[in-house]
Amino acid sequence: MEAPASRKPDLNGDEMIMSEKLALTDDILMKIEKPERYIGNEVNSVVKDRSRVKLRFAMCFPDVYEIGMSHLGIQILYDMFNSMEDVWCERVYSPWVDLDAVMREQHIPLFALESQDPIKEFDFLGITLQYEMCYTNILQVLDLAQIPINAVDRGEDCPIVIGGGPCAYNPEPLADFFDIFYIGEGETRYHDLLSLYKECKGLGRVEFLRRAAKLPGLYVPRFYDVRYKEDGTIERFYPLEEGIPAVIQKEIVMDVSDTYYPTKPVIPFIKVTQDRLVLEIQRGCIRGCRFCQAGQLYRPVRERDLETLKKYALEMLETTGYEEISLSSLSSSDYSRLPELVDFLIEECSKRHVNISLPSLRIDAFSLDVMSKVQDVKKSSLTFAPEAGSQRLRNVINKGLTEEDILKGAALAFEGGWSRVKLYFMLGLPTETPEDIRGIAELSNKIAATYFDTVPKERRAGGRVQIVASTSFFVPKPFTPFQWAGQCTKEDFLDKAYQTRTAMSEQLNQKSIKYNWHEADASVMEGVLARGDRRLCQVIRKVYEKGGFYDAWGEYYDNDRWLEALAECGLSADFYAHRERPLDEILPWDFIDCGVTKEFLKREWEKAKREEVSENCRQKCQGCGAAKFGGGICFQAKGE
Amino acid sequence: MRLRVKFRKFGPIRFIGHLDVMRFFQKAIRRAGIDVAYSKGFSPHQIMAFAAPLGVGLLSNGEYMDIEVGSIVSCQDTLERLNRAGTPGIEVTSVKVLPDTAGNAMASVAAAAYTVRFREGREPRTEIGSVLQAFLAREQILVTKETKKGTRELDLKPGIYRLTYEDGAFRMLLDASSGGNIKPVQMVEAILADQGEALQENALTIVREDVYTDIGAPAEGTQERKLVPLDDIGYLI
Repeated sequence: MEAPASRKPDLNGDEMIMSEKLALTDDILMKIEKPERYIGNEVNSVVKDRSRVKLRFAMCFPDVYEIGMSHLGIQILYDMFNSMEDVWCERVYSPWVDLDAVMREQHIPLFALESQDPIKEFDFLGITLQYEMCYTNILQVLDLAQIPINAVDRGEDCPIVIGGGPCAYNPEPLADFFDIFYIGEGETRYHDLLSLYKECKGLGRVEFLRRAAKLPGLYVPRFYDVRYKEDGTIERFYPLEEGIPAVIQKEIVMDVSDTYYPTKPVIPFIKVTQDRLVLEIQRGCIRGCRFCQAGQLYRPVRERDLETLKKYALEMLETTGYEEISLSSLSSSDYSRLPELVDFLIEECSKRHVNISLPSLRIDAFSLDVMSKVQDVKKSSLTFAPEAGSQRLRNVINKGLTEEDILKGAALAFEGGWSRVKLYFMLGLPTETPEDIRGIAELSNKIAATYFDTVPKERRAGGRVQIVASTSFFVPKPFTPFQWAGQCTKEDFLDKAYQTRTAMSEQLNQKSIKYNWHEADASVMEGVLARGDRRLCQVIRKVYEKGGFYDAWGEYYDNDRWLEALAECGLSADFYAHRERPLDEILPWDFIDCGVTKEFLKREWEKAKREEVSENCRQKCQGCGAAKFGGGICFQAKGE
Repeated sequence: MRLRVKFRKFGPIRFIGHLDVMRFFQKAIRRAGIDVAYSKGFSPHQIMAFAAPLGVGLLSNGEYMDIEVGSIVSCQDTLERLNRAGTPGIEVTSVKVLPDTAGNAMASVAAAAYTVRFREGREPRTEIGSVLQAFLAREQILVTKETKKGTRELDLKPGIYRLTYEDGAFRMLLDASSGGNIKPVQMVEAILADQGEALQENALTIVREDVYTDIGAPAEGTQERKLVPLDDIGYLI
């Protein structure tokens, strides 16, 4: 029986429907934190008539609502699926620990927000894989949904569990838990997959999966097996049946202007992490920083058409009512039409009292001018991400930012009235020496000195400059030139943080500098999972069975639980994280073709060791392989 | 020009907290294309004031917010736009223009009316109908209130303007001013405590029916207060 619903027309005359049904009782909702996470009914959420849809898709971000609702990718796919008349796509997130306990105790099956129906009744459960430390939350979601955790244990009535997102580029540590992985951008292949699903009704789950495995971009782990050598490395990775592809090529949208864009994104009632309208201006990055996975995975760079972006911005300001708009891309400064776009936004947003937030801008005269127009200079801070303390190491990582760039940018900013600077560095990068570490402190000190040189005493607001330098620990990722590199141990990391702190305290301007560093334990485990193989499935499962989930949240991460689980499975962090891999080793993700070739990555790894930089895609093609997709920056004129 | 907007809150939206309802309206007002006034500065915000915050889980037929606008087509037009830009669980039922002399929504609140029922299976043993009259006839109704600094005695009696129980429902008109606000649950707890009974957890469903303002001192020789719904103050254009 359908629950009663309230309906009324919206601004376009379309019907808005509020479902009265709630999966949780008032008793529960009154007892837990933020019941708004679980009741759906947000503005622009989509409610369809159950009797008129053929296919139910639950889209999951395996973390808490406020994080999941901030993710653009899900909004894009939600919009795409719901534009299909016979498909109803709904959202689901990890219940927070308080509700988790209640659901286990009372055997309440995990439900989708819109219909409040149990996920286990859906046709598909799509899970986005954005970071490794949420892997245990995937098991939490499956378990609460009352869906068998291992794919091979699922019966005909269970949803097809499909994973996608950046971590799907090394799906192996999750291979047991997923029926399908979708490799690449979600806009291209779902139509085919859903049609196939409808065609295969009656043929059974395995037959559907077998046919799905032959669609481009889809990886169905159960049709592959791995043989290991005695030393634990892979001897052979191979399809088990005739016709199952040995290599999976990523899916990619070549025309990013003419594709789905969620112009009516779901607007949460509660404040979420990204509580603003997001305009995705381009995909990919020309820079080729050697530590950066996104910079390789999303090649080639594809820019959105300026006029399309203007149209989206205006339409979305109207459909959402957001008071802030933000640009999204890996490096906004590299968007070729940025000045025109920003001018347009400044004009339109000031009319509407809408704030503009501009992340990932390189600090130069242009960006400072723009920022001074859109933010309160006195209250805001500037961000530089040199990533490494010395020019030598910045050359190794191919971070094309020189000390001169940074100090010039800082001087300009200080003249413009800014006095707060944030600096981001990594510790544990390949080839790092004590001098490179000292460089972090010295660069921070030089920036402080630049302030005192640039700003005369009488103009110093509050008397001083505030520099916050943060270091994270480097985690080598698949499909980067550093995918072969050994990761530091926890002890190495902590020693490096200690060296940094000591060097900071020796600087002349140390009083103007604050230094923060991250936890080392989780960085090592992230490294294990990032470059792991299928054998880690049992480790993840053990950690979950020992009570581990929300591992991305420091307060719930328990390193001993992970170490124990690794040991119980006869595996070690040393094998997965700390050793340097030889170039001829078969890597667990070698069967995926993300466009960038292994030969290119090897070249870049060798160049890194020789401290040689590579030009960016706009200056000179490096022959990475992404040109085979036939578009984007690869086919545009070179030379800056 | 200041507008007083009255709205209902119902269905699952009862779990949306007060601050989030405010955030909802900030966006709905933009979507509705209402010519709302903004404060100055780098992060301008809409000039708006809410009457009494409503607790999470409560339903309401009478919530209020004041907004400052440049101009409107008509009150009816504003009402329709807000509803079309909103969500079915928040229904605007009246929009009126406030006279310049009117106080803001929050400062104006004097009392609130509630309908309160016991949830099924959580009815008390006490027969409310037979004890209510004696309870209300008492000189003082003392309860202990827990505050940050410990507990303190409080007399509910002066804040009870009307209290009846019929067909399984309380109708209450209680002080809701910032100094003397009484929650309906406190009221029911006091009635039961008098009979030595404790209210079960989450035993009540509460609907706030309306919020009232006091339009003047009681007329001489009477105890009656002149309470009118907050939107009686405004007029239609």
